[in-house]
Amino acid sequence: MSEKYHNFIIFAPHSTNDIVNHKHTQKMKILVCISKSPDTTSKIAFTDNNTKFDETGVQYIVNPYDEWYALVRGLELKEAMGGTVTTITVGTAADDPTIRKALAIGADDAVRIDAEAKDAYFVAKQIAEYAKDQGFDLILTGKETIDYNGSQVAGMIAADLDLPFLSLASKLDVAGTTATLELDITGGTKVVKAELPAVVSCAKGMAEQRIPNMRGIMAARTKPLNVVAPAGVEELTSFASYSTPDAKSECKYVDPSNMDELVQLLHNEAKAI
Amino acid sequence: MSVLVYVETTNGKVAKNGFEAVFYGKKVADKFGGDVVAVTSGSADDSALAELGNYGASKVLVNKGLNDADDSQTAKLVQAAADKTGANIIVFSHDLIGKAVAPRVSAALKAGLVSGAIDAPSDENGFTCKVNVFSGKAFGFVNVKTATRIISLLPNSFKPESGGSPAAVEAFDCDCGAARVSVVETKTQDGEIPLPEAELVVSAGRGLKGPENWGMIEDLAKELGAATACSRPVADIGWRPHHEHVGQTGVAIRPNLYIAVGISGAIQHLAGVNGSKVIVVINTDAEAPFFKAADYGVVGDAFEVVPKLVEAVKKFKASNN
Repeated sequence: MSEKYHNFIIFAPHSTNDIVNHKHTQKMKILVCISKSPDTTSKIAFTDNNTKFDETGVQYIVNPYDEWYALVRGLELKEAMGGTVTTITVGTAADDPTIRKALAIGADDAVRIDAEAKDAYFVAKQIAEYAKDQGFDLILTGKETIDYNGSQVAGMIAADLDLPFLSLASKLDVAGTTATLELDITGGTKVVKAELPAVVSCAKGMAEQRIPNMRGIMAARTKPLNVVAPAGVEELTSFASYSTPDAKSECKYVDPSNMDELVQLLHNEAKAI
Repeated sequence: MSVLVYVETTNGKVAKNGFEAVFYGKKVADKFGGDVVAVTSGSADDSALAELGNYGASKVLVNKGLNDADDSQTAKLVQAAADKTGANIIVFSHDLIGKAVAPRVSAALKAGLVSGAIDAPSDENGFTCKVNVFSGKAFGFVNVKTATRIISLLPNSFKPESGGSPAAVEAFDCDCGAARVSVVETKTQDGEIPLPEAELVVSAGRGLKGPENWGMIEDLAKELGAATACSRPVADIGWRPHHEHVGQTGVAIRPNLYIAVGISGAIQHLAGVNGSKVIVVINTDAEAPFFKAADYGVVGDAFEVVPKLVEAVKKFKASNN
């Protein structure tokens, strides 16, 4: 008798909440693609006859676009609508510190596909393979990584899963199962609508950077980081070699009172105007 | 065998990047063989499209019933055109549409994609192409292993030269599937030059002390026909709109001329602008790191130097007319 009463108290508000949730909002299941990248102040150099990036002294961070925009907007949507944020990374155990950072910022759990990231196609196929039967409402990425700057992975995931792709979004809102986004276009922006599920690449304006607090950092240590075996995928491209720009020739100084001379130099010597 | 080039049209005209991509496509075809065929959607009239022939296209395929709102439809258009022409090289501009569509086509055709090419490909190891990596701090040479290759060309990497004759324009209807993205509204800044396309850029940073002092920067930009830009701190504190932020985490640009006023030149800022052909730095601090990356430097107070420069440009324009 008392047990029944107990159940009634506990379950009644829950079922009401569930109905409310279904009516007005939908819990979001969000996947955020996270990549590591060298810190923005890193000196860029190469080894092995210019075929490999020189990692000596390089500090790795979460790729800023993935962290500041994709992850934080994912967390904001979860906070507003309920649901979960899972991060996914294609990489080795060397990626774990950056994955923990994403968990410290607030992701619920993380997946790492245990493989050296080869090219964008390889990475996108691994993520698509994992995501295909998981029922994610949104797959978010940064607009590019600051190391290889390819802007390829998100579009390839969308192609593989046959989902709408919203490229370079600076705003993302969700109502029910419809996403409203602001996308960068040449010389401005456009507002578009798309039905979920969808893949979105996130650009500046989407959200503000969040600094993880001590509680987040502590919690991140015990959050699940699931390591998954990779699928068999052949890469389509590879970096054969690298080079660094030639040193600039000496700067030519012009007297601040003589701007006519600067204009003449720009016209006659530099042929820039 | 042919080179297929996707061309964007806006307001009935071929976008500047479209001419660049076709001109580049012709260079690629000269090296690897075949004709250049352009493909586009939208409502540009045939005479505007035929002009692509002057830059190297032998034919232009146009699907007038389609717009470019849904990237998956545009991808299907390009795939259908590649199928029709037997293209083994597909060229996009690495602009907003190219970034959205090229990866889709790459994954669908399992064709290797070179993103942001800055040079024509070579036949080294079959097919190798130079790109910017590490946000412009280095170059990479991408080898494509697949028989069909896709390149997206970084805007402003080549100056297109016209020389050929008008191209034949052919209607090209194909099943591109249903649109899943609908456009609610388009907002463009009328009269302003879009930053990624601009050949001349005037940029300013914290050295200007406040948003109210941007008038002289806008004056200089107007006299030069330049776009305006800014550094990250200035965008972050709201002095200038975010779309003007150039640098590693903002827009990367490669104009012919970049004039930086009151910007110290942090490595993250340089990453976004060091593709510029000529850099002018104006700063009160002779030790500002930006001078090391500059071609021309002026050590002086922006509030005195910039108005003088505006006058000098006016004088120069008057004497050249």
